[in-house]
Amino acid sequence: MSAQRRPDWPKVRLHVVTGKGGTGKSTVAAALALALASHGKNVLVCEVEGRQGIARMFDVDPLPYEEVRVATGLSTDRGAGTVHALHIDPESALLEYLAMYYKLGRAGRALDRFGVVEFATTIAPGVRDVLLTGKVYEAVERNSRNRNAITYDAVVLDAPPTGRISQFLNVSDELAGLAKVGPIKNQSDTMMTLFRSPRTAVHLVTVLEEMPVQETHDGIEELRRDGLPVGGVVVNMVRPRDIGHDDLALARADDLDRDALATDLAEAGLPVSDPLLDGLLRVAHDHAERRALEDAQRALVADFGVPSYELPRLPGGVDLGGLYELAAALKEQGIA
Amino acid sequence: MTRSGPRVGPLAGRASAAPPLDVDALLDDTATGIIVCCGSGGVGKTTTSAALALRAAERGRKVVVLTIDPARRLAQSMGIEELDNTPRPVTGLAEGATGSLDAMMLDMKRTFDEVVESQASPEKARQILENPFYVALSSSFAGTQEYMAMEKLGQIHADAQRDGTYDLIVVDTPPSRSALDFLDAPERLSSFLDGRFIRLMLAPAKGPARLMTAGLGIVTNALTKILGAQVLRDLQTFVSAIDTVFGGFRQRAQRTYALLQAEGTAFLVVAAPEPDALREAAYFVERLSGDRMPLAGLVVNRASPAPASDLSADEAMSAAARLRAGRTEDDLTAGLLRLHADQVRLVEREAGLRARFAAAHPGVATAVVPALAGDVHDLGGLRRVGELLAEG
Repeated sequence: MSAQRRPDWPKVRLHVVTGKGGTGKSTVAAALALALASHGKNVLVCEVEGRQGIARMFDVDPLPYEEVRVATGLSTDRGAGTVHALHIDPESALLEYLAMYYKLGRAGRALDRFGVVEFATTIAPGVRDVLLTGKVYEAVERNSRNRNAITYDAVVLDAPPTGRISQFLNVSDELAGLAKVGPIKNQSDTMMTLFRSPRTAVHLVTVLEEMPVQETHDGIEELRRDGLPVGGVVVNMVRPRDIGHDDLALARADDLDRDALATDLAEAGLPVSDPLLDGLLRVAHDHAERRALEDAQRALVADFGVPSYELPRLPGGVDLGGLYELAAALKEQGIA
Repeated sequence: MTRSGPRVGPLAGRASAAPPLDVDALLDDTATGIIVCCGSGGVGKTTTSAALALRAAERGRKVVVLTIDPARRLAQSMGIEELDNTPRPVTGLAEGATGSLDAMMLDMKRTFDEVVESQASPEKARQILENPFYVALSSSFAGTQEYMAMEKLGQIHADAQRDGTYDLIVVDTPPSRSALDFLDAPERLSSFLDGRFIRLMLAPAKGPARLMTAGLGIVTNALTKILGAQVLRDLQTFVSAIDTVFGGFRQRAQRTYALLQAEGTAFLVVAAPEPDALREAAYFVERLSGDRMPLAGLVVNRASPAPASDLSADEAMSAAARLRAGRTEDDLTAGLLRLHADQVRLVEREAGLRARFAAAHPGVATAVVPALAGDVHDLGGLRRVGELLAEG
């Protein structure tokens, strides 16, 4: 038997990845897609904010409104799968929707000509979000209307930031004031059924700093209040932990043994000097301070009552190789 | 060695270092009337805005800072946890400070409501405020927050000009989906008004636009099919009600846009030393110059502090490896050497990113602010950030 642990979210088909700006949610979404795409599974990763971050990370041309194969998944002892990516823009989503559900050939074009498409996608409130989530819904629940489409084992959505995620997924509410009856209302209700079901999980990405952790906490509360399924918390960019517990306390109190350090450095063949010793003791002190802050935030994350996963900060930045490294770390911890 | 012309490419890039940004000169210059902090989300825009405002006030300016969504504890420390859309005085300025500081947090919907109320008759205003499309538009439309931040800036500026209440306004911009939303908001509003769809919706009310009727039939039928008849009726009421108000909106939007371009405005682009944030910053710099908006400089927050000794990462790593050979896994000296190497690499990477930015955008004055150990949630912390900004 392999040492691989059982995944925590076996029933989930739609993984929504959100997080505060600057926490690396797109990176985590991409790594999660790679991690899910092992054992020959097909995974789609969707981008909805027009940034083309997914294309940059996978080092491919900017994505069109079309499912493009971008990578081979993480390989395990049971083989790898594939990752496709899709960049969803609301205008294309609306035209596709009209063609698929209303067979609006001529009228669809007329809508476009009269600026309705433009109006609906840039101005009409909520409609934009409904179109974006609508396409994601379609990718998860492929039906006979979309012939020859690839079916996926899982869909990962690189979603809007934590502050907006509940509103974004709560499409019925967004439309509630506008459409109380009618086909749009029925559509959005059907979408909500998926988003509220155990087949969806909203994962929140954070770093171990006060504000992002607070925002993650608020985000979880809001999701729960709106009946949306909270997944795990992914703690990103965790610092290396190269100092043992006892030494950390000494380092914080500036009580490390300077002479012993000097002896060690000389033994390692380094030219010992005061700047070098001061520099390393400074590194030790700052590191210990940060570790203490991180530990306090980690304890808060543990209290959220949801599974958490940790990813290391890659000192060289994230490239394609780095993504696979992160994917392996996610898989090992059981999120995929 | 002399050069005949501007040089491009990697060689030019290596030589270029960004000129330092003199924050105090900017704050002290009485010609600076507005400072707009922009940049992508999560780079510390709000903290930077508040720190600049506090520093300016303590250096003698009469300042108001307009923030969008400050962290709760920071808002509390500034006394603005209440969303009432009016600037409130901040207490606790340094002893002997000659200036003053007010702060306010933007209430987007309220700002929108106030504009409608000021533009329409009471009855029409009520009609608009109650329409479901307006309710949704004013609270959730992407771009409303951006537009309203600019609207509020215009209002405060006009009041300050009239009453002499402030001589410096510092504006924090919303964390937009697209970093450029707030510049586009006035334009988008105008194109909304001129949009064919609006005209189409107004056509039945206005009578003579019968030419469109043939197409109109198809469109209305299609819309009824998709939206249902009631939604279409609401939409029609909304559009015709708000049409009268929007003329005034457009004028205001254009005035604010002109204000942003004017002499006394200074844009600061805020970024973190990360590829994504710097890419957004580059967009901003280009976009601002394209729109002839006055760029004062770039603030790079959260820079990793350079280690004190000049031991290279490779030297540190190989020394750590030599030590580890005969020792335990958690050997302190080996650990410290690895941490040192990690930090050197981080600092090198960040410096490389900044150098590339400077090569592509030469002449953008830059202040680099080292990362603080903890979050800022009091005036003392803001003051410290202000000092670091000024040390640049």
